[in-house]
Amino acid sequence: MAIDYSKATGTGSSSGAPGGGGGGLLKPSIITGIIGGVIGWLLGHWIGNSFTQGYQQVQGSGSNDIAEFLGYIGMIIGWFAGLGALSYPIKKMFGAEPETEEPVTEKGWTKYFRYTLDHKTVGVQYLFGMLIYFFTAGLLALAIRTELLSPTYHIWSPDTYIEIVGEHGTMMMMMMTSVVLGPFGNYVVPLMIGSKRVAFPRLEALSFWFTPISYFILLSGLWQGGFQSGWTGYAPLSVQQGVGQDTYILGFGLQGLSMVCASTNIVATIINYRAPGMSWSRLPVMGWSMLSLGFTMILSIPVLIDGLYVLALDRTAQTSLLYSGHGGSSFLWENLFWFFGHPEVYLLAIPGFGLVAEIIPVFARKPVFAYKTSAAGFIGLAILSFFVWQHHLFQSGMNPDMRPLFMLTTELISIPTGFIYLVGMGTLWRARIRLTTPMLFMLGVYFNFLFGGLTGVYVSDVPINVTVHGSFFVMAHFHYTIMGGVIFAFFGAIYYWTPLVTGYQLSEKLGKIHFWTMIVFFNSTFLPLFAVGLLGMPRRVFEYAHRLQFLNQWVSVSAYLLGASLLFFAVTFIWQIAVTRKPTVRNPWGSRSLEWFVESYPPPAYNFKRVPVVLSWPYEYGDPNALPVADIVNETKDLDPVGRA
Amino acid sequence: MSQNVLDDSRSVEATKKVIPKLIAIWIVTSLIGSLLVWFVLGPHLPPGTMTDQAAGAQFDIRFVSTLVPPVLFFIWIFFGYSLIKWRVKPGEDPLAPAADFRGNSKTQGAWYIITTVLVLFLAAFGTYFLVVPAGAGGGEGPNPIWTPGTKNMLQVQVIAQQWRFTYRWPQFGGMETTSIYLPVNTEIQFNVTSLDVIHDFWAYQLGVKADANPDVNNVAFTKTQQLGRFTVRCDELCGVWHGAMYNYGYVVSQAQFQQWATQMEAQNAAVTKLLPKYSTTYTPSYAGNGGGYYPPQDPNANL
Repeated sequence: MAIDYSKATGTGSSSGAPGGGGGGLLKPSIITGIIGGVIGWLLGHWIGNSFTQGYQQVQGSGSNDIAEFLGYIGMIIGWFAGLGALSYPIKKMFGAEPETEEPVTEKGWTKYFRYTLDHKTVGVQYLFGMLIYFFTAGLLALAIRTELLSPTYHIWSPDTYIEIVGEHGTMMMMMMTSVVLGPFGNYVVPLMIGSKRVAFPRLEALSFWFTPISYFILLSGLWQGGFQSGWTGYAPLSVQQGVGQDTYILGFGLQGLSMVCASTNIVATIINYRAPGMSWSRLPVMGWSMLSLGFTMILSIPVLIDGLYVLALDRTAQTSLLYSGHGGSSFLWENLFWFFGHPEVYLLAIPGFGLVAEIIPVFARKPVFAYKTSAAGFIGLAILSFFVWQHHLFQSGMNPDMRPLFMLTTELISIPTGFIYLVGMGTLWRARIRLTTPMLFMLGVYFNFLFGGLTGVYVSDVPINVTVHGSFFVMAHFHYTIMGGVIFAFFGAIYYWTPLVTGYQLSEKLGKIHFWTMIVFFNSTFLPLFAVGLLGMPRRVFEYAHRLQFLNQWVSVSAYLLGASLLFFAVTFIWQIAVTRKPTVRNPWGSRSLEWFVESYPPPAYNFKRVPVVLSWPYEYGDPNALPVADIVNETKDLDPVGRA
Repeated sequence: MSQNVLDDSRSVEATKKVIPKLIAIWIVTSLIGSLLVWFVLGPHLPPGTMTDQAAGAQFDIRFVSTLVPPVLFFIWIFFGYSLIKWRVKPGEDPLAPAADFRGNSKTQGAWYIITTVLVLFLAAFGTYFLVVPAGAGGGEGPNPIWTPGTKNMLQVQVIAQQWRFTYRWPQFGGMETTSIYLPVNTEIQFNVTSLDVIHDFWAYQLGVKADANPDVNNVAFTKTQQLGRFTVRCDELCGVWHGAMYNYGYVVSQAQFQQWATQMEAQNAAVTKLLPKYSTTYTPSYAGNGGGYYPPQDPNANL
C-alpha cells in the first residue's frame, strides 16, 4: 500500500487541552461558555449601538442590524472563550507551550458538557445535540400541521405561522447535514478504520460546539420577529426583513462553519488514519460515504457562507448586491444558495445510503453486493450534485436554454441513486435475513426512498415542474427522501450502535413498535401530500382550497401520530439507557466490522491498546473460512464488553 | 466459495427456477397497474385541459405516472420475495453464512444499461415536451427561445407585489385591472414582473407558472382551449400574507372578452392616465427605465 502509516499509528496522545487550570464551576464547561456568551453579547451589542448612532437609515428603521450582528458575534466569541476552546490556539500563537492534559481520558458524565477532544465523546454530544434539534424542529412541524387543520380558521397569526415555517425548515436542514456525520461519522468511523484517534480533534470538537450556539441563535429569531423568508432566504425578501433575519444568517452560517470543520476532520481521518491493511478496497462502505460526504461539504458549504455574507452586507452595510433596483440581482442569491443547496440534499442522502449498505450485510450474512458500485454511487452522487442546482429555478426566468441541460443532469443523478438499490437488492438475494430493529429501519429507507426517488423524476421534468414546482408535491418529495431516507437510517443506526456506545442493549420489542408506528404514520403523513400538491396547494400558505380540507386533516392527524411514535422512541430510549440499563453481550449483531472488537463497550480511551492490523474485508459474511477482520479479534472476542463478573 | 453450507432454498439452482415466475408476476402486475394509471387515473390528472400547455402537462404527468408501476412493482416483488423466502426460520442458525457472492457482472451491467437508457429517454422526452409546446407554460425569462408560431398574441402583463396581482393590458391602452379575463382559443403571452420581492404567478388550470422578479420580465406562453374559472396563486414565499395572495380568473368567449376589455378600458381611463408608461419592468423606488411606480415625493426617487 502506498500510504505511510507511521503517523497514524502513533500513541494517540494529543498534547494540549482547553482550559486546564481552575476547578469546580469555573473549570471551562458549558456554564462558563454561557457566561462568556452573555458577556460577549452585551459587549458586542453595545459597540454596535454606539458606533452606528449617526446612521439615519439604521436609527429610523426600528431595528439595528449592526448591533444585532456584533452582539451575536461577541456572543460567539465569548461562548468559545468560556468553553476554553481559545486557550490552546492563543497560547500557541504567543509561542507558549500550552500545558498538557489528557482530556481524552476524562471519566464521568460531566465530560459531555465540556470542550473535549475524544471523538467518542464528541459523537455522543452530537447524538443528543442532533436529537434536540430534531425534536424542536419536529414540534414546529406539528405547529404547522395544526394551522393547516382548517383552510380558513387560524391558530397562528400569519406572521407567527410563517416564522414557524422558516424555523422548522432551517433548523431541520441545518441539523440533517450533521445527523449522521456528527454522531456516527465521528464515533464509529475512526473505530471502523482501526484508528486510535481522529486527525483534527480540535476541529471536531469545534464543529460540535458550533451547533448549540447556532441552535440558540436561530431559535432566538422567534422572539425578535422571526424571518419570513423560509429556509431558502430568497432576496430581496430577506433583505426587507427585520432583525429576525440576522438570526437566520448567523445560525445557518455557524452551522456551515461547523460542517466545514467536521468534514475536514473526517476526510483527513479516513485518508490518513486507516490502520495497516485497511486498504481502499477494504474500507467499509460507511467510510466511502463519509469520504464523499466530506468532500461535497468542503466544496459546497463555502458557497453558502459566501452567500450569507453577501446577504449580511446588504442588511448591514447597505450594499445592494441582491437588489436589482440598485444594480444587484436577486438571481445572485438564488444561484449561490442553490449551488450550496442542492449538493446539500445529497449531503443528506449519501450518509443515509452509507448506513444502509453498511448495516444490511450484517443481517443478511452475505458480502455487500457490488461493493465498488456502491462507492462509485456515492462518488457519482457527490460529483453530479454540483451540476443540478438550477433545477430549483426552472420557472425563475433564468436563461431558458439551460433548462434541458439541468433536466438532463438531474435525471442522470438517478443512475448513482439506482446503484444503492442494486446494492441492497443484490445483498438480499439468497441471503439469511434477520428482521431486527436496525434491519427494519434500513429496509424502511428503501421503501420510503422509492417514493422520493420516483417523484424526483416528476420534479426534474421541466413540463411537469410547471405544475409541481413550489407545491406540496415538492414538499412531500423531499420529506420522503430526507426524513424517509436519512432519518430512518439515523434511527436504525441508533438501535444498531447503542450497545457499542453505551454498553446497554435496547429492547427489540420496543424498537419494533417504534419502527412500525413510525413507518406507517410517516407514509400516512406524506403520501397524501403528493395529491395535495398536484391538486394545486402551494407550500408555506396558511389558507387553501376547501376541497383539500379532508386531505389536510388526514395529514395533520397522521403527523400527530408520527410525533407520538417519535416521543415513544425518546421515552423508551432514555429509559433504557438511564434506568433499566440491560448490559449488552459482545458483538450483539454478529458483525465483522472492526468497531465491535474493542476491549469494552463503550470503547476505552484511544480505542485500541495497539493499532490493529487489518487482515480481511469486513463483509466476508458468506465465507466461514475467511480470516478475521483484524488481528485483535482473537484477543478481544472472549472479553466481557461491559465488565460483568 | 462455500456452497457446502447452503441449504436448498439458497442454492443457485433453486433461485434460477423462481426467476421466470417472479418476472411473470412482475409483468402482469405492472401491466394492470400501468393500464389503470393510464386509463382510469389519467384523464383526471392535473392540471386539466383548459389550455394547450395544461393538456401537455397532463399528458406528461400521465405518461410518467404510467412508468411508475413497473418500477414500483419490480422493487416490491424483489424485496418481498427475498424477505419472505430467505428470512431466518426458527431453529436455523441466524449467523451461519448465506450465499457468498460479491457481485454479478451480467446483472450489474444490465442494471447500468437499463437505468441509463431509461434516464436518457426521460430527459429526451422532457426536452421534447418542453420545446414543442412553447416552453410548456413555464417562465422563460426576458428572452424566450421557444415561442408559439403566431405573432398575434394577447399580451397580459402580470404585476406582482406584496400581496396581490394586478394585470396590465398594453393592447387596451395600457390599462391596469385587478381581475383577469382571457378569451378562449387565443395565444397568450404573459409578461410577469414584480414591484418588490420575488413572487410567482401560478395559474394552475392554465398550466402556467413563472416567477415574478423585480426588474425582470419573465415571459410565459399559453393557448386557451376551454371556458372556465382558473386559480391564480403566488407560489414563491413573499412574506406574511403569501398564503392569502390569490385570486381567480376566467376564460370566456372572445366576444365576452372584447366586451369586458373595452368596458374596463373606458372605466379605467382616468386612472390609466396617471399610471407610468407601459413597460416590461418597473422599478419601484427610483426613476428607472419605465418610470417610477411611486409618485415623485418618494424620498428614493432621485437615487
